[in-house]
Amino acid sequence: MTKKEKYCGIFKEIFNVDEEALDENFNFKDVGNWDSLTHLSLITALEDEFGVMFETDDILYFGGFLNGMKILGRYGVDFSE
Amino acid sequence: MIYTHNKRKGNMMNNLLTGKVCIVTGSARGIGKEIAVLFAEEGAEVVVNDAQVGSADKWIEGHPLKKHLYPYYFDITDPSAVRTNVMAVKNQFGHIDVLVNNAGIEFNELIGMISRESMEKMFDVNVFGTVEMLQTVSRVMARNENGGSIINISSMVGVRGNRGQLVYSATKGAVIALTKSAAKELASKKIRVNSIAPGITQTAMMEQADIEKLQGRINNICMGRIAQPRDIAGGCLLLASDYASYISGQVLPVDGCTIM
Repeated sequence: MTKKEKYCGIFKEIFNVDEEALDENFNFKDVGNWDSLTHLSLITALEDEFGVMFETDDILYFGGFLNGMKILGRYGVDFSE
Repeated sequence: MIYTHNKRKGNMMNNLLTGKVCIVTGSARGIGKEIAVLFAEEGAEVVVNDAQVGSADKWIEGHPLKKHLYPYYFDITDPSAVRTNVMAVKNQFGHIDVLVNNAGIEFNELIGMISRESMEKMFDVNVFGTVEMLQTVSRVMARNENGGSIINISSMVGVRGNRGQLVYSATKGAVIALTKSAAKELASKKIRVNSIAPGITQTAMMEQADIEKLQGRINNICMGRIAQPRDIAGGCLLLASDYASYISGQVLPVDGCTIM
């Protein structure tokens, strides 16, 4: 499984959505069940999967599917692998 | 109480922390060292943290439980270092069950002589560093089915105040306040947060104290002696153990019943 597939899998499981929904529009403002609880579940799952620990600012501003990939990129997660 | 044979110590102990991973900040010496050793004797894997690189190496190397004492040198006031090292501990052991925020510094100054520099240093380590560790470690503990225990070392001067300790007592008062707030916020994750408030305790710094003044203070202790670091460690052991599973948001004085 690629890192991108693992990343998508976490979103699919936490937000109960199909992969087609995961695009630039999948963000905190527009996803109905993206609340503080699912946000923390998402952060925890991503930290466990990719072996990182986010800075507080990155948790606060982790507001969307694509932005999340950029943030993880800063922690050395290469989604081309 | 049920006593069992403790393989580590070779005498009758309780194995109260078997299977637990504990971080003790500022544990290269003094009270922190005693907490780390007692926790290891009780079956824990103990992360011995200190800001000064190498400061615990010598005593750990010579200790019979050295295989259960792991030095991690980092500055708790450096958010990046805290994050990196807490993650390293999680990766090494898979979980973190107990955090003792023991690291602290103390400068005693009368009101007219308080320097901005010492004030900032004390708040940086005693308050901001404590929050940094609590914030980061609680995120790891929240993954545990049974949560965890966070113990913040405060001081009786944070409760009662003391002449010449305005800033130090303010930092320890802040530790008590943040303990109570954290306990409320983390209870739903089964993370308990408590504070130990030591009274006057025998440390290396104490050996330089004025004997007459010291005796005057001992006269105010109903138990007739100052605390040994082991006394403080005992209080921490209680709060770290599962016997304290319904105790949170509390400040436990360990002061030999001192009348101030």
